[in-house]
Amino acid sequence: MYSEKVMDHFMNPRNVGEIEDADGVGQVGNAKCGDIMKMYLKIEDGIIKDAKFKTFGCGAAVATSSMATELIKGKTIKEAEQITNRVVMEALDGLPPVKVHCSVLAEEAIAAALQDYRRRNGLEEDDRYKGCSGCCGGCGSVEMHHGTENDEEAE
Amino acid sequence: MQKQIIYFDHAATTYVKPEVFEAMKPYFLQEYGNPSSIYSIGRSNRKAVEDARISVAKSLGAAEPSEIYFTGSGTEADNWAIKGAAQALRKKGKHIITSSIEHPAVMATCEFLKKEGYDLTIIPVDSEGLVHPDDVDKAIRPDTVIVSIMMANNEIGTIQPIKEIAQVCRKHGVLFHTDAVQAAGNIPIDVKDLGVDLLSVSGHKFYGPKGTGVLYIRKGVRIENFIHGGHQERNRRAGTENVPGIVGLAKALELAVENMDAHTRKLTSLRDRALKGITERIPYVRVNGSLERRLPGNLNVSFRFVEGESVLLMLDMKGIKASSGSACTSGSLDPSHVLLAIGLPHEIAHGSLRLSFGEINTEEEVDYLVDSLVEILDKLRNMSPLYEDFVKGENKNV
Repeated sequence: MYSEKVMDHFMNPRNVGEIEDADGVGQVGNAKCGDIMKMYLKIEDGIIKDAKFKTFGCGAAVATSSMATELIKGKTIKEAEQITNRVVMEALDGLPPVKVHCSVLAEEAIAAALQDYRRRNGLEEDDRYKGCSGCCGGCGSVEMHHGTENDEEAE
Repeated sequence: MQKQIIYFDHAATTYVKPEVFEAMKPYFLQEYGNPSSIYSIGRSNRKAVEDARISVAKSLGAAEPSEIYFTGSGTEADNWAIKGAAQALRKKGKHIITSSIEHPAVMATCEFLKKEGYDLTIIPVDSEGLVHPDDVDKAIRPDTVIVSIMMANNEIGTIQPIKEIAQVCRKHGVLFHTDAVQAAGNIPIDVKDLGVDLLSVSGHKFYGPKGTGVLYIRKGVRIENFIHGGHQERNRRAGTENVPGIVGLAKALELAVENMDAHTRKLTSLRDRALKGITERIPYVRVNGSLERRLPGNLNVSFRFVEGESVLLMLDMKGIKASSGSACTSGSLDPSHVLLAIGLPHEIAHGSLRLSFGEINTEEEVDYLVDSLVEILDKLRNMSPLYEDFVKGENKNV
């Protein structure tokens, strides 16, 4: 059901852990739904120097977290904002339809960590995610976030 | 040991025992006649089906072979029992009773009838997953047409007080059906002693072939016929008999009944070994379901701070096959309805693992499982923000 890339990022997740003196920390999801992602960012001169994560969730949740951190490392904040769930999903060679919400969660985790950074530094906040509690996508946010479940075919 | 398949999912399905396969083989290759035909290879098939019926009747303690009906699955038997009773007793009323931990084969059938205008009462279970006969007694109404309560649960292995529930139903003159798909072949069944009216069995849970099932219908119990067509199964379930399947099911059940004591001893010992290893070596584990009233080969545990699918995937990479009640394996956002029904919070239900042991398993395999789980839980918890919060919270309290 999962691509080789998903399995690789699940079995050997990149960037697992915490950053003690992180500049931005974001947590999305909830235990009730079975997925929580917490993302830590180290940002210097507008560039993401380091990203780490911790995730409670299924194989796809771990893999999308891992891939998301890989994709944003070394990027500017502006560039990181462009890492949508679709980008994460494509980088993993796709996800089964029922797991698309995990990639949405990864996008939201990045956004939440960046939001925290902006807040700490008095920067203008990104209102794209206003009102989003970072749930599991069950509220229909899957459509909101650049793709529907039907877009992605199963393996 | 790595890379070879280690199978701890016998509640999902079992392999077919070689003796069972051997018994089936002639009916694929040489004796392929239709049991309804009058020439020799037809007659030999008729005899095979009727011998199987006698054998199954004996294995289940039925009064007569004519009480045994062969179906295409346990699910079909459940559908037939409940819909057939509801249809036959339409004039009596439109009320059905079941429990909150039934298999979807029963639950979805009841939900279907609800859409058709039937009233449905779902009886809750206690924290061990047990239905209390008193609750059934209170739920029965003058318009109740059938009560369906499973004999043993597929996820947590809880064995229900079927005899007591059957007595309650009989007292009220209400039909009682039990889904014995997980029980058959694993614990003794005597339909006369239990006093049930209808009982479902599935062949592939006790080393028989898939696509085979049985519905026991006690003599005198009237339910609507299920599949219309030819005269097979006394006009009640039409369709050319799956002769090799029927022969295989009967043979497998015979063997299961014959070996019941040794089977129970072996599976209980493997299960207890796993339970001991897991609870001694892994912290924050909860055992789900009753430890006393439980199928011998069933173990269901919840590991806090991790999600079940992750555990299953990592076990699979080590060659170990098991099952989980997490949302990710249920195809919805909700975890197992059984685990929620016994009162588990969502987050703990998500972290559940079901192990169902079988006759091929060994102590070495169980030890390898425990070693693997220790390693996997360590890895997943180190990755879990819930565990991080828990550890930090605990340190704060020190």
